[in-house]
Amino acid sequence: MNTERKEIFVRYERCVGCHSCELACAVSHTANRNLAGALLRGERPQKYLWVEQFDGVKTPSVCRQCEDAPCVVACPTGAMHRRADGINICNIQECIGCWMCALACPFGAIGRGEGKALKCDRECLNEEGIPACVGACPTDALVYLTVEEFQALRRREAAASVIR
Amino acid sequence: MVKSCKASLDPSVCEMLEKARNTGVETVWDRYEAMLPQCGFGETGLCCRHCLQGPCRIDPFGGEPSKGICGATADVFVARGLDRAIAAGAAGHSGHARHLAHTLKKTAEGLARDYTIKDRGKLRAVAERHGIPVENRSDDEIALDLAQAALSDFNEKETPVTWAANILTEKRVKVLSEQGLLPKGIDYEIADIMHRTLYGTDADPMTLIQAGLRTAMADLAGSYIGTDISDILFGTPQPVVTEANLGVLKADAVNVAVHGHNPVLSDVIVGVAQEMAAEARAAGASGINVVGICCTGNEVMMRHGIPACTHSVSQEMALITGAVDAVVVDYQCIMPSLATVAECMGTKLITTTDVARIPGAIHINFREETAGENAREIIRIAIENFVRRQGTPVNIPARKSRVVAGFSVEAIVNALAKLNPEDPLQVLIDQFVSGNIRGVCLFAGCNNVKVPQDQNFVAVARRLLKENVLVVATGCGAGALMRHDFMDPSKVDELCGDGLKAVLTAIGEANGLGGPLPPTLHMGSCVDNSRAVALTVAIADRLGVDIDKLPVVASAAEAVSEKAVAIGSYAVAVGIPTHVGVMMPVVGGPEVTRVLTDKVRDMTGGYFIVETDPDAAAEKLLAAIDERRAGLGLRVPGGARR
Repeated sequence: MNTERKEIFVRYERCVGCHSCELACAVSHTANRNLAGALLRGERPQKYLWVEQFDGVKTPSVCRQCEDAPCVVACPTGAMHRRADGINICNIQECIGCWMCALACPFGAIGRGEGKALKCDRECLNEEGIPACVGACPTDALVYLTVEEFQALRRREAAASVIR
Repeated sequence: MVKSCKASLDPSVCEMLEKARNTGVETVWDRYEAMLPQCGFGETGLCCRHCLQGPCRIDPFGGEPSKGICGATADVFVARGLDRAIAAGAAGHSGHARHLAHTLKKTAEGLARDYTIKDRGKLRAVAERHGIPVENRSDDEIALDLAQAALSDFNEKETPVTWAANILTEKRVKVLSEQGLLPKGIDYEIADIMHRTLYGTDADPMTLIQAGLRTAMADLAGSYIGTDISDILFGTPQPVVTEANLGVLKADAVNVAVHGHNPVLSDVIVGVAQEMAAEARAAGASGINVVGICCTGNEVMMRHGIPACTHSVSQEMALITGAVDAVVVDYQCIMPSLATVAECMGTKLITTTDVARIPGAIHINFREETAGENAREIIRIAIENFVRRQGTPVNIPARKSRVVAGFSVEAIVNALAKLNPEDPLQVLIDQFVSGNIRGVCLFAGCNNVKVPQDQNFVAVARRLLKENVLVVATGCGAGALMRHDFMDPSKVDELCGDGLKAVLTAIGEANGLGGPLPPTLHMGSCVDNSRAVALTVAIADRLGVDIDKLPVVASAAEAVSEKAVAIGSYAVAVGIPTHVGVMMPVVGGPEVTRVLTDKVRDMTGGYFIVETDPDAAAEKLLAAIDERRAGLGLRVPGGARR
């Protein structure tokens, strides 16, 4: 088990629904990782996470990069696979667009691009190794931490709210 | 040691920024860092807050949502946003102009005894241009009519704004009239923008753009009024030798920085400071040292040779020296943060107008009727502050650049007249034809925190000068170039191509300067972009062609203010290819972007060049110049017809 592995965690109470994470995700998948440049060149990248609203609560949802991923298990061709670094990605060449991955994913994290499955590939890290969506979040609703770090953060926050 | 940093190309700024960081004073660069990443919807113009159903955001990549809640498209979003920026810019320039028109009126009525008509010749020339009789009339009679004419250009009339219709080539007025781009009234057009960009009003990107360009022409009118009346009241600039950068501050003097845009107060302060020098000496100072920041600085530099301290994005750095006793502001481009920096550094921040109040500042309600009295009160506060700051160390970076400024159109024509008294402009035209002057580029606008300060101006100007492009500059563009020695005649050899060098030297020597004109001609503040238009119109008229045929381009390489958006838009409306060196919040609207960077050529002959890379921008500006040279049948360097 890799305890160093970082995940993208969501602190729902901090999300203001600005969609900056979605935009940053799409931009990170353009040729020069530059919004205005991509627009002027006519690139049309897709985002791999979604900010939605449920009962008045803004809810960013991003691929959990499950350690035992239903999308990988469900894929009949092996297109959806687990990379050596533990990141689940789709090999477009082998994808037949059957959408078993979309059916299996409990988080709705599979997107559609020209008949093929598109999903979070973590090929968006900045020079500090931070995913684009996390780097773009103005309120730190998205954080990039190990499970242990995130739980420690949550414990501190809970303690602080009780003490105050 | 010369400091360098990512924030600025200006070593003095870097030195002060290091001091600010060491002493924990927050600056514009700190606040920019804290603001990152900036919202992509805002950056591309795809965020709309025009109604209470919003905010709405449109996916810039064509996904959902593709429309606002009301149904407005991405192009409508960005066109409305552009229009409101132009309207705000026009409101700023014309507010400045209205202030001057009222000052002229009060002067003519004898209500403002600290003001006089300084340039009687210009008063008459401007009056005649606007059909106001001048024969056998007193200055005051003419000035009163002129002030009324200027003020009546603000409201809607049967006829177009006279400061738009009377200042351009006949052909240009015809083009503007046919395209629906002649403003009816300055305030009318600004209000029209607010109306048509209201919820559920104009939803056609093309009519929105048309209204924006028309309002930009109203902005030119306001700017032109500003320049005309400033020259009449305070004198038309003539070449003057001075200096620029933080090194102009003097540790042992009472340092008064004038900052903002308008000469109505600052010109009086310059006079009063001279009168009160003895008072300052009695307080232990060597004298009163008035220095300029931003365009107020440009106004008093152009007319009185007052040195420039710093410009635009580095305004806080002047205070970080600890040597500024008072920073006196009028309006526009004054960072509210100055109040905090002033408090940290022992500087008095003095606001003077009701439209620009800042919490933490001392407010002295400046009125034209009591101008001298108000100015004396301000200088006295500065002297008191000087006494208080004795014993506190100051850090003044030594660097300063030699500057020859003061190139009004009148000054340029006078200088050319020494070579050809009958037909001064023929001198320039001959040099265009010979190729010694390949074209003209106007550098205008601000310093943007997103760009290392001065980087774009210096890189583009360096390239264009080598290619024999005559460079004129205004506003903080002029400020950037002057702080990097581009207005020092001794740098002509280093900076200019051979053809341009020969021209600048010939004009300089004919004028008894014993050397060339400076590499870059300083034409004034940002309202004085009107001077660049006036020069272009004079050349076009002399050649009998319209502006859109001339090898004249403009660059707002590091633009910030909505005023810069308005200026850029009127440059495009009068037919000039205009570079913007930062991303404009219109790129999210594909059709609007296409229109502004290309299709608008069919309407006005001008167009925007949006290019953040300065080297690429220089190439595009040269290509635009060469295209027009070829159009006029002039030789193009390299021989290629583009």
